[in-house]
Amino acid sequence: MMITDELVTYLEALGRIRLPEESRAKAQRDLQEILQYIDTLSELDTEGIEPLSHALPLTNVMREDEVQPSIPPEEVLANAPVRKDNYFLVPRSFE
Amino acid sequence: MYHTPAWETVMGLEVHVELSTKTKIFCGCTTAFGGEPNTHCCPICIGMPGVLPSLNKAVVEYATKAGLALNCEITRYNKFDRKNYFYPDLPKAYQISQLYLPICRNGGVEIEAEGGGRKVIGIHEIHMEEDAGKLVHDPATNATMVDYNRCGVPLIEIVSEPDFRSANEVIRYLEKLKAILQYIGVSDCKMQEGSLRADINLSVRPAGSEAFGTRTEMKNMNSFKAIGRAIAGESARQIHLLEHGGAVTQETRRWDDDKNESFAMRSKEDAQDYKYFPEPDLIPIEISEEVIEQTRRSLPELPEAKRRRYVSELGLSEYDAEQITASKVLVALFEQNLAAGCPAKELANWIMGEVMHLLSESGKEPEDIPFDYGSLGALIGMVEKNEITRSTAKKVFKAVFEENCDPVEYVEQHNLKTVTDTGAVKTVIEEVIAANQKSVEEYKSGKEKALQYLIGQSMRALRGKADPQTVTAILKELLG
Repeated sequence: MMITDELVTYLEALGRIRLPEESRAKAQRDLQEILQYIDTLSELDTEGIEPLSHALPLTNVMREDEVQPSIPPEEVLANAPVRKDNYFLVPRSFE
Repeated sequence: MYHTPAWETVMGLEVHVELSTKTKIFCGCTTAFGGEPNTHCCPICIGMPGVLPSLNKAVVEYATKAGLALNCEITRYNKFDRKNYFYPDLPKAYQISQLYLPICRNGGVEIEAEGGGRKVIGIHEIHMEEDAGKLVHDPATNATMVDYNRCGVPLIEIVSEPDFRSANEVIRYLEKLKAILQYIGVSDCKMQEGSLRADINLSVRPAGSEAFGTRTEMKNMNSFKAIGRAIAGESARQIHLLEHGGAVTQETRRWDDDKNESFAMRSKEDAQDYKYFPEPDLIPIEISEEVIEQTRRSLPELPEAKRRRYVSELGLSEYDAEQITASKVLVALFEQNLAAGCPAKELANWIMGEVMHLLSESGKEPEDIPFDYGSLGALIGMVEKNEITRSTAKKVFKAVFEENCDPVEYVEQHNLKTVTDTGAVKTVIEEVIAANQKSVEEYKSGKEKALQYLIGQSMRALRGKADPQTVTAILKELLG
């Protein structure tokens, strides 16, 4: 897969970030190298091997359905840059 | 000759159902509806860095139950995946969901088909996921307020096959789904509280065509009436486009029920790319054959089986059986009074008649039935024993419905018992005759209308405590 300039733009959009003009070329090169590195895995024959979804040989780690105390709203909102009463206030996100 | 092709609407549904577990899916916060904003939150459900989700056992049990009740295969080895997107209702910037190995697959629900007969709506899959927070627009600041109480409440998403051909089929399916999930106790399915929400994928094609048209998706429909209108509106919009040389754009649309119109929500350039990958913070789930069998055996009698039994054993009409079994609450109302000895058909008539009538008149759902279930049986019992007339019973029921009073006491207190002593009825009628000599003369001179007036006056004087036939007979006798 080729990391094109358009793809970098697309990734910026997905990540809601804008790269400084001078780092675009470097980002493009880095991403290409990462992909190339990962591509070395394709050299292995994985025919008939189940994809591994987790490194630990464990299943069914679960807890009982018992209510635990929540934290006070003051703590929930402690890092909110803007709040209104006990709500977080964010830029308008309705159409 | 001008010829308009007939169009067929094809729909599939994605239904989100909040599970009625006590705690959220990945933390111990309560799932209680409402609550002051941001009071049912902890570092896990507000996505603080470094926290780890811890799976609620009951969510897996409820999802398994739902899958079996909806005739699905249970995925013995299933796991969670991460769906990435930025939106303020999602503090982690990803939702933990299931993409590759959902817990249930290949199920189906039987409904009454459009145009008669029965048909099975296929269920493609059911997956477990977490709900997002609630966004409230704040006109004062023109910004958005965020409440994370709902964030992390467990959901199952039930994805149907594109098997619907009409709004009626969609509504019947949703009613059936709601009934089944309520019966097995995995969700209260209250649409007005958002615990059952439907997204509708809709396309149109010329009747007889096999290929699917381009579809649109309408999000978060939360009332049956709105769903009916949205389907009609969106079908018409697509047909109009196609008949005028246009094309349908694949997009997400929002139905505005007030304007009776749908609007595009996301533009095409703003493509969705959720970058799904296996959730590294959670261990896979294995469900053994024993657990599946055990769960299957624990299921109660489901609406479909009940419906058949009500028709074949209790003699109810297909329609009544379908309507009553569509609601867990109506079934409880029906079965409790049946067990107390109430005749089945009479009971069904009352539920389908007065109960439904008063519910719809007061804008309530069966879940909000405000009276003790036994009151209905007690009332029917009094009618059966001729203690009160049918019309009195209807009045009493209105009081029972409005005030949850005891019908037997109410009848006593308001002195509504049928007067069985014809002597007493006669006395009252004699008084009416004495007081209405003019009408008596008119009747005697051949005016039938005058008799109706006298019957009305007598019934009023008796306050409905005697049936009209008896009153008429006595009146005629007394007037010679």
